[in-house]
Amino acid sequence: MKRLFPAPWLSLALWALWLLLNLSLSAGNLLLGAALAILAPLMFAPLRPLPVRIRRPGVILKLFFLVGRDVVMSNIAVALGVLRAGSKPPRSRFVKIPLDLRDANGLAALSMITTVVPGTIWSELALDRSVLLLHVFDLDDDAQFIEHFKTAYERPLMEIFE
Amino acid sequence: MNSVGELSLWIEIPVAVLLVLSSLFALCGAIGLLRLKEFFQRMHPPALASTLGAWGVALASIVYFSALKSTPVLHAWLIPILLSITVPVTTLLLARTSLFRKRMAGEDVPAEVSSGGRSENGN
Repeated sequence: MKRLFPAPWLSLALWALWLLLNLSLSAGNLLLGAALAILAPLMFAPLRPLPVRIRRPGVILKLFFLVGRDVVMSNIAVALGVLRAGSKPPRSRFVKIPLDLRDANGLAALSMITTVVPGTIWSELALDRSVLLLHVFDLDDDAQFIEHFKTAYERPLMEIFE
Repeated sequence: MNSVGELSLWIEIPVAVLLVLSSLFALCGAIGLLRLKEFFQRMHPPALASTLGAWGVALASIVYFSALKSTPVLHAWLIPILLSITVPVTTLLLARTSLFRKRMAGEDVPAEVSSGGRSENGN
């Protein structure tokens, strides 16, 4: 079982993806999707040496909705910032954030979050993963932003991945 | 597809509002790209189109076609999911390349955050 499904969650996601894309639950599509779900993780196994261990589904759900809310707020903030750019230029600058999260998969998730939130851009990660350089579109208070970043995103990711 | 006329107004209004709102966000993104001057500042607005812009259109499509076919038609939701997985790759590449070039040109950007050695992404 372990040999056939090295990444059971990935297999399940691929299977669901295939069925959703085809919008059908016919026997043929169920079989084709299952073939994809079994073959793809086996083929990609040599590329990903780090197995993902995901815990605390409740935290994942909470993080999901928090990020969703932040994305909407940040969208509105950036849109207003763009429209007002003539009279009141946005205070864009780089912020150095000390990181406690070390897990590579967790960091990948963190980079996805920063990219999906329009107001932040993941710019550089230190080699030892201790510092993150982030570009922020409109920043008022550095310390407050870092505090929000660490409590809202980093801590839940540490709970999920570490 | 069937004609639009057979859907109730209660479906058409939210769908229209969603479409107009999300296209306004995408328009703001384009205006931002045009009007802002500095490179890193200009990287922010296009994200409006790939987040709320895309989410709104996907949601509108789900509502409209689910109502039209009287069953949940959810596959449009895959677009925002796949976008949020793939967009970080290009954003990261652009940001890293620009930082590298600006440092080479001696422009006003922060120095490398890792002490010593080449800088790389950890993921």
